[in-house]
Amino acid sequence: MSATDAQTSMPDNTGRRGPWAEVFFSLLRSGTFLTGLGIVLFWVACALFGEHFAPYDPLADDIINALAPPSAEHWFGTDQIGRDVFSRVIVGSRDILTVAPLATLLATIAGTALGLFTGYFRGIVDDIVSRILEAFMAIPVVIVALLAIVALGTSKATVIVVIGLSFAPIIARTVRSAVLAERELDYVAAAQLRHESALHTMFVEILPNVIPPILVETTVRLGYAIFAVATLSFMGFGIQPPSPDWGLSISSNYGMIGGGFWWTVLFDALAIASLVIGVNLAADGVQGALND
Amino acid sequence: MVFLGGQVLPGNVGRAILGPFADQRAVDALNHSLGVDRPLLTQYGSWIWNFIQGDMGTSYIFRSPVAPFVIDALGNSMKLAAVAFVLVVPIGILGGVIAALNLNRPLDRIISLGGLSVTVLPEFVTGIILILIFGVWLRWLPISAAWPRDAGFFTQLYYLILPSLPLFLVLFGYIARMARSGMIEALDSDYTRTAVLKGLPWRTVIWRHVLRNALLPTITVIATQTGYLIGGLVVIETLFRYQGIGSLIFTAARGKDFPVLEAGILTIGIVYAVATLAADFLYSVLNPRIRLGTDQ
Repeated sequence: MSATDAQTSMPDNTGRRGPWAEVFFSLLRSGTFLTGLGIVLFWVACALFGEHFAPYDPLADDIINALAPPSAEHWFGTDQIGRDVFSRVIVGSRDILTVAPLATLLATIAGTALGLFTGYFRGIVDDIVSRILEAFMAIPVVIVALLAIVALGTSKATVIVVIGLSFAPIIARTVRSAVLAERELDYVAAAQLRHESALHTMFVEILPNVIPPILVETTVRLGYAIFAVATLSFMGFGIQPPSPDWGLSISSNYGMIGGGFWWTVLFDALAIASLVIGVNLAADGVQGALND
Repeated sequence: MVFLGGQVLPGNVGRAILGPFADQRAVDALNHSLGVDRPLLTQYGSWIWNFIQGDMGTSYIFRSPVAPFVIDALGNSMKLAAVAFVLVVPIGILGGVIAALNLNRPLDRIISLGGLSVTVLPEFVTGIILILIFGVWLRWLPISAAWPRDAGFFTQLYYLILPSLPLFLVLFGYIARMARSGMIEALDSDYTRTAVLKGLPWRTVIWRHVLRNALLPTITVIATQTGYLIGGLVVIETLFRYQGIGSLIFTAARGKDFPVLEAGILTIGIVYAVATLAADFLYSVLNPRIRLGTDQ
């Protein structure tokens, strides 16, 4: 896969359109990608401008109208201290859409650097680093997060670092296998013969040619990062009250689910579900476009 | 080679898991002035030694030995995981096989897309939606996994159905996808063509030739999901208020009850290592091309 990807991403002066334009146009033709992108953009818009079109202040309580079922005034009902669930769902996209992309970005940068080093140098460096990464990958993110949060305290930064570092080995593994194929090609040998430094060869010569698999892996990881951030905030780690975050809202309201107050959790659950599925559809589309 | 990988990996897992909480031991030792003067390695060594002998230390919160808690919780978690596995393995494989036999027809689309969608959802989200549907609206199943005291086998099973469903959904997608791609590859192969050409009935071809080859990678996937399952258990047990190893660790982490936390996590590491080894063993039994030992 990496060899053909490399060819598509190399500058192609003979064709009418550049390789990236090809990818772009095949993305525009992909229904999966556009549906996913549409869902994600909707939530991004809510995160950015949510307060302007939310009917109520997501943090304003109104004890008299607490736990009101959905009605014309409160479309999604109100929660246990009378906050409007509809407004909270809209504004609740903000924290998860800050934390998850930052964590993914950290994972991509760290993973790409690790993958380039292990794939380029191979040998004992590769063996040692790969074993450590494998061991790290075997531990579930939730457990790593529990330990890190006990040790470092809970904050958004901790969550970003924990998820970023947990995902970095997975990206490193993908980059490494792509680099292993690339480093056998003539242009790498040419760079080495020109006495380019190892850093130059890795980051200037090889990196541009392994961008497609990195891009695919990053979009897939973003889906998992949202999964992980939502789960951690449901467990009470990371994003803290009074944020209207979805996972947090579910965790503070699901205790009353037996009383039949379904509206306090259902809409948050559906919001998480739609965002996760949207990101995964988009990732599927990117994968399809780059592998053609 | 697979066997070697399986042996090296658990060794590293153990060490990697021990690393982070060796530090916390140091921290908590300072706080509680328990053996503060001893070097970290000595503490760590004596802790491992005690653990092997079945002494997991004393809980800070409950002021009683940790071992009974951990063993009870592990038993409960295993019940839950067993229900999920017993449901998901046959149904997941069946789903994948049906999808592959109907490749690119609507049935395949439904199974593949449905499997993928439920796999990517966090367990607590599917859990909440399932609780609402089956527990609150239909009132078919209890919304908490805490069964009455002295409940019999079937009552316990009844209480475990709902909590095991979110785990089932996440695993279903993975297993069905692996079984499907394994089946497609096997159906496409020369030996399947040969079997069909020599006039074997289609049923025999599928059972004797295709399935045996197709299911090998699936078994590996099932084993690697043990690690995922442990993470999933933490969430599910919290959501359903189930006294398992996941909720034990979670409560310990929140209450900074380090002996419980450490014992719980080391137990999980051991379970993981055993599961990985068992998977390697099963793989070699099913695949005559890889045999353990020297009897070639």
